[in-house]
Amino acid sequence: MSVRITFITAGRILRQLLNDRRTVGLILAVPALIIALISAIMDDSPQVFDTVGLILLAAFPFMLMFMITSITLLRERTGGTLERLMTTPTGKLDLVVGYALAFGAAAAAQTTVAATVAFVFLGLDTAGPAWVVLLICIVTSMLGMALGLFVSAFATTEFQAIQFMPVFVIPQLFLCGLIWPADQMAGWLQGVSDALPLTYAVKALTEVQLNPEVTDAMWGYLAVVFGAVLVATVLGAATLRRRTN
Amino acid sequence: MPPTPAAAVAVTDLVVDRGKKPVLKNVSTAIAAGSVTGLLGPSGSGKTTFIRAVVGTQQVKSGTVEVLGHPAGSKPLRRRVAYVTQDASIYRDLSVKANVAYFAALYGKNRHEAMHAVERVGMGDHADRLAGNLSGGQKTRTSLACALVIEPEVLVLDEPTVGLDPVIREELWDQFRELARQGATLLVSSHVMDEADRCDRLLLLREGRFIADDTPADLRASTGTDNLEAAFLHLIRSLEGVN
Repeated sequence: MSVRITFITAGRILRQLLNDRRTVGLILAVPALIIALISAIMDDSPQVFDTVGLILLAAFPFMLMFMITSITLLRERTGGTLERLMTTPTGKLDLVVGYALAFGAAAAAQTTVAATVAFVFLGLDTAGPAWVVLLICIVTSMLGMALGLFVSAFATTEFQAIQFMPVFVIPQLFLCGLIWPADQMAGWLQGVSDALPLTYAVKALTEVQLNPEVTDAMWGYLAVVFGAVLVATVLGAATLRRRTN
Repeated sequence: MPPTPAAAVAVTDLVVDRGKKPVLKNVSTAIAAGSVTGLLGPSGSGKTTFIRAVVGTQQVKSGTVEVLGHPAGSKPLRRRVAYVTQDASIYRDLSVKANVAYFAALYGKNRHEAMHAVERVGMGDHADRLAGNLSGGQKTRTSLACALVIEPEVLVLDEPTVGLDPVIREELWDQFRELARQGATLLVSSHVMDEADRCDRLLLLREGRFIADDTPADLRASTGTDNLEAAFLHLIRSLEGVN
């Protein structure tokens, strides 16, 4: 792996992203608007918003990054540039980590906007510090990105890539504790829930919500999410083939 | 056959299947360093598959492909071999300049060298335009600039002149000749026979087999025709006559 080529690759991907002004606008505004909508819906029950809004702050960037990344990498695959890159000194990890850096930066910008809106304007309240919430959300959106990188290997068209979302993202959203507390699900579903990385992001957020101090348990849960990011990134690199049929 | 000491590309008994379909049926050739070799044949004859085997992106069933003494696609070759795909492999959402600068940077070349490559393919006036907004020929030239900028020792081009203005086509062929004069080895595929005369050597591919591997002059002489289109036809007919 070459650090130099990784950064050149990340720079190229960011430049592509910045050239598309409408996408930049959507990336920055959409999660903040969704949070605002949820806040308006739950206007009468601010404590419910404190739970649901907090989870959505992580869940929406997770979902968006999954979509954006899987489609962008798919375009690289179908547009012939991936094959070309595989004949250059670019390594598989250079490319995948380049994507992770570029979209990680986009995820950080997106989450910062959404979290600022939620905490400053919508009155989102947690016992713990907001910067930890932000950190959890950024790592969670990187999870979405890493899963998107991995999953894009199994799609041959953008149409298929979009349809992987109900497969890889929606069950995680349903089982992570967003719509129903995990400890009230059937035993086997709790087992499934425990096996999904997004669940640990929600557990980490719950720690911040309840405890004024940053707890060890929070760091443990966050480490699980980050570990899943690394695993998905390496798996994503492993799906790239220099030789194809 | 006389030995070719300075073979830049050596292909031996290459067999490639795509799916269940045999695409290359045991082909062998040696391409001399510092030459322009034309890979000619109708669409579907296996030209792109052969080219992908040379750059090492094609899974092969058997046989060997060596480039500059290394197995095709191996790590040391990734700095020395450039590949221009048939459909322009460039980023539509980047400008011409940014595309070339990106590939240049992968090889440690600077923006000035990138701009020089943009000028060489006659895209200087369009350097700031987004690649997605270019015409087909302009995209091809941008893709070519991304390969020229790295100053490869072996340049492999898949149908690089399709849909180009005749003047630009002429200029590009002059550049290919100049690169070969400076020592580079070029493998250029085409389905247009009138480009064959610009090559030092021709490989005629038909249905996964080479039906000729010769210089244009010898090909004309051996088939008793004065143009290469007719020579190609003559070869096909005589082969079919044998079968």
